[in-house]
Amino acid sequence: MTTTAPPPTTPEPHRVARTVSRPGDRIFAGMARGSGILLLIVMAAIALFLTVRAVSAISKDHGNFLTTFEWTPSLNPPVFGIAVLAYGTVVSSVIAMAIAVPIAIGIALFITHYAPRRLGGPIAYVIDLLAAVPSIVYGLWGALFLVPHLRGVNLWLDDYFGWTYIFHKQDPNSAARSLFTVGILLAIMILPIITNVSREVINQVPKMHEEAALALGATRWEVIRLSVLPFARSGIISASMLGLGRALGETMAVATVLSASPVLSARILDPVGGTFSQNIVAKFGEADDFGRDALIASGLVLFLITLLVNGAARMIIQRRKEYSGANA
Amino acid sequence: MKLQRKSGLRALTVGAVAITGALVLSACGSDDNSGSTPSNSASSSNSASSGTGSNAAGISCATGKLLSSGSTAQQNAIESWVKDYQQACSGATINYKPSSSGEGIIDFNNGTDAFAGSDSPLKPEEVAKSKSVCTGGTGINIPMVGGPIAVGYNLPGVNNLVLNASTLAKIFNGKISTWNDQAIKALNPGVNLPSTKIQSVHRQDDSGTTDNLTKYFKGAAPADWPYEHAKAWAAKGGQAAAKSAGVAALVKQTEGSIGYFELSYATASQIPTVKINTGAAAPVEATTANASAGIAQAKVKGTAPDLALDLSAAYTTKADNAYPIVLVTYEIACDKGNKADTLALTKSFLNYIASDAGQAKLTDAGYAPLPTAIATQVRTTISALS
Repeated sequence: MTTTAPPPTTPEPHRVARTVSRPGDRIFAGMARGSGILLLIVMAAIALFLTVRAVSAISKDHGNFLTTFEWTPSLNPPVFGIAVLAYGTVVSSVIAMAIAVPIAIGIALFITHYAPRRLGGPIAYVIDLLAAVPSIVYGLWGALFLVPHLRGVNLWLDDYFGWTYIFHKQDPNSAARSLFTVGILLAIMILPIITNVSREVINQVPKMHEEAALALGATRWEVIRLSVLPFARSGIISASMLGLGRALGETMAVATVLSASPVLSARILDPVGGTFSQNIVAKFGEADDFGRDALIASGLVLFLITLLVNGAARMIIQRRKEYSGANA
Repeated sequence: MKLQRKSGLRALTVGAVAITGALVLSACGSDDNSGSTPSNSASSSNSASSGTGSNAAGISCATGKLLSSGSTAQQNAIESWVKDYQQACSGATINYKPSSSGEGIIDFNNGTDAFAGSDSPLKPEEVAKSKSVCTGGTGINIPMVGGPIAVGYNLPGVNNLVLNASTLAKIFNGKISTWNDQAIKALNPGVNLPSTKIQSVHRQDDSGTTDNLTKYFKGAAPADWPYEHAKAWAAKGGQAAAKSAGVAALVKQTEGSIGYFELSYATASQIPTVKINTGAAAPVEATTANASAGIAQAKVKGTAPDLALDLSAAYTTKADNAYPIVLVTYEIACDKGNKADTLALTKSFLNYIASDAGQAKLTDAGYAPLPTAIATQVRTTISALS
């Protein structure tokens, strides 16, 4: 009970809600607040740990951390840089997205709009199964099956699209252990995430929108184009970003398939390159304390790239919101 | 109102079921190179007594629990020794965690390991750090497991390939790029070499095997190997694969390829290995006996009791049947100041693995037993551990 004279406009229900407070409320509020604070502390601790060790390593780097190709922190003086790793991480993820996103949207639309209900269920189930396969199994499958079988595809691309430089293969005999193969493997791995989330979003498109479009004489494709895709766009972008997050950080599958070397090449069929997490798994075992600090520095860069990508995605979604009606 | 979905794709259901089946069945086999798992069968030959005692197998037993970790290169050897030791000595438990040489040394210097396994001797700064765990002493290198590094190739129709240090270094450095290069022809008179491009395969992860191979290049063909020896592959070109198993698999898979790995991988995957023309009467094959003969050329470079080896004489040896591309892995322990509760077991176990019986076990797993002169020094050093 407040003794000071309250302003006459104070809403009555609010005061009532505040006066009733049982122990359960206080305990629950405390636990919720504690959880929130704990999360912040953990995040701050991780960031601090990464930053301190990364800075101590970068300060002793005799190469330029951003532009050096080699990763040789054990040499005297130590020289290491992330140019090849950043490039490889981004390129393999872009290839994966270029392949996976259209297919995933296609599958989601097929399940929701084209397939008979009896077929949609099993397909969704198979897609879920893809998500349950551990990444090392993908890696083994990639190295033992995909790599030998992609040889023909590589030669074909080299023959017909070699003039683009991107698809030129320097040594046609070399095995297909390239960023391109990694991209295909990553595409298969991120397909289920993008498909499932897109499917959920597409399912939430109000039936009235579709029926309105049908009533105006739209064909099935026009219904999808006019009412389904605009409504689901921001959700599909979020789904793609989830997939991109996995592609950026994927470790074992990449390490098993890629023939890593400190060479930066725009020819994506050549067996060269590397990614952040592949480099960490390859170098961590034999690294001494300083080598580990250097690897932590590279991990921090991956962390920053992921943050940037997520931020960009959020901005896109924010801007699309008004048009799509997804905030309704 | 209800929207009609298109139907009539029932046949696809069968397809979906087939895909499901394929996914479920897509398990992959992997080669297990170790072949043995430590078993703890209770032994009745030794009464469960504390302290040390002798048994039928000639092992003087100790009891207790031992933690160790390190090099994966000696993993198979240690596993088979641990199995034998634990069978003969009830009450002894030895755990060897095959992580990596680097991690083994970090564990040892943190005081969690009684001994560590490493592919290369301790660096000076690591020796300095070890003083904090070895009261009144330092960590020392005890050579224990030797072995040849085999150079395997995949060249259908050619089963007797001879190379020397210079051509090998040039191949792995990309300076020789086709199999019918003049330098290779000169070493293989009468052999019909194809004009295929050479696919050289190296390790993607940092590894002691790479370190030792590049030490050999640096020692035997310095003009053709412009890089320092290192655990990370320094040369440009070629393909990289993860771990020795990955290199062996890629060589097996790719025609015209050449790669390096421990001998056991060549044997397991039936990959032919290169014979090395060292200047000896005949080209030397990668076998355990030949590797022992190569290691016998090595000099001890550490000051007693440290037994770090200098293998440069082995790299350039011209002795008959001495294989020059060898590596020696070490056990690392304190010369003085080992922990009191594990000292007896550490000494007993190391004594067993350095004994003739212990070293004789190595050949089965593709390793090379220590040559007699070095083994004698190793045993003296182990007996003096305190």
